[in-house]
Amino acid sequence: MSDAIAVSGTVSQSMPNALHRVHLDNGHKVLAHVSGTMRMRYIRIAPGDRVTVELSPLDLSRGRITGRVG
Amino acid sequence: MILLKSREEVEQMRAANAIVAEILVALRERVAPGVSTAELDALAEEMTIKRGARPAFKGYTVGGRVFPASVCISINDEVVHGIPSSRRVLQAGDIVGLDFGVCYRGYFGDSAMTVPVGRVSPDAERLMEVTRAALDAGIEAARAGAHVADISAAVQDTAEKAGYSLVREFVGHGIGRSLHEDPQVPNYRTGARGVRLQEGLVLAIEPMVNAGRPDVFVKEDGWTAATRDGRLSAHFEHSVAVTANGPYILSVP
Repeated sequence: MSDAIAVSGTVSQSMPNALHRVHLDNGHKVLAHVSGTMRMRYIRIAPGDRVTVELSPLDLSRGRITGRVG
Repeated sequence: MILLKSREEVEQMRAANAIVAEILVALRERVAPGVSTAELDALAEEMTIKRGARPAFKGYTVGGRVFPASVCISINDEVVHGIPSSRRVLQAGDIVGLDFGVCYRGYFGDSAMTVPVGRVSPDAERLMEVTRAALDAGIEAARAGAHVADISAAVQDTAEKAGYSLVREFVGHGIGRSLHEDPQVPNYRTGARGVRLQEGLVLAIEPMVNAGRPDVFVKEDGWTAATRDGRLSAHFEHSVAVTANGPYILSVP
């Protein structure tokens, strides 16, 4: 059984409830929330940040931000 | 986190994968026009339990959604994760992807193949052949000292040279005491080299090759991925251990 891909992208817009719109490097745009671990560690996400996103295989337009890069 | 396996663990995984391979062969032999995908699923589940193993996919949960069956059966334009159903009946000319996994004594096995139902078109034959060749090329690249990206490149080049495209949303993966472990193994170049392969790493390498464009979508059942352009897709997978003597294919009978 194949795994859903984790991809990288750039945050373009922040919304309430730690939701962010992310432009993925592969050209797609997804709506992603910030993972619980990142919230616990107070890692802030702002527009322009490079992030890694796990996509849900169920809905490829939504995902979860699992890390901030660089 | 990447978990390397000892030689003993690799042999345990070999045992789990041998069960997977044996059952996949039985499924392939059962495939015929008029057979429903639920019948194939029932056969796989029965054989699994008889061997003291557990179907790995049944009950597998992603984002609160539970996969309800033992085998992922994906027909024609369906790429992966098709749900078996008694209403879904195989027809001559179909190509059917059988993706199956078990958990045996704590270790997972995972493998897949795409098989023809009766006589299929030359185009479908060629797609299956190329996908299989892409898997072989990926396995050949799984050597200690190489990187994950070498596997990705080998798979991508084989499929693209034949004029086909690679699914990007789903990827291969590490496997061991969990069905999905790090690292992910994309079937295309991502621009990153990925981790260095070393002895004890066990990977499920699984090219998903589309005859047309690479784009896929997930159907309303929440699982079945299919091509957007409606053209055929094929899928082959082996669980492979990286050893000092090169790649060791675990999922053979």
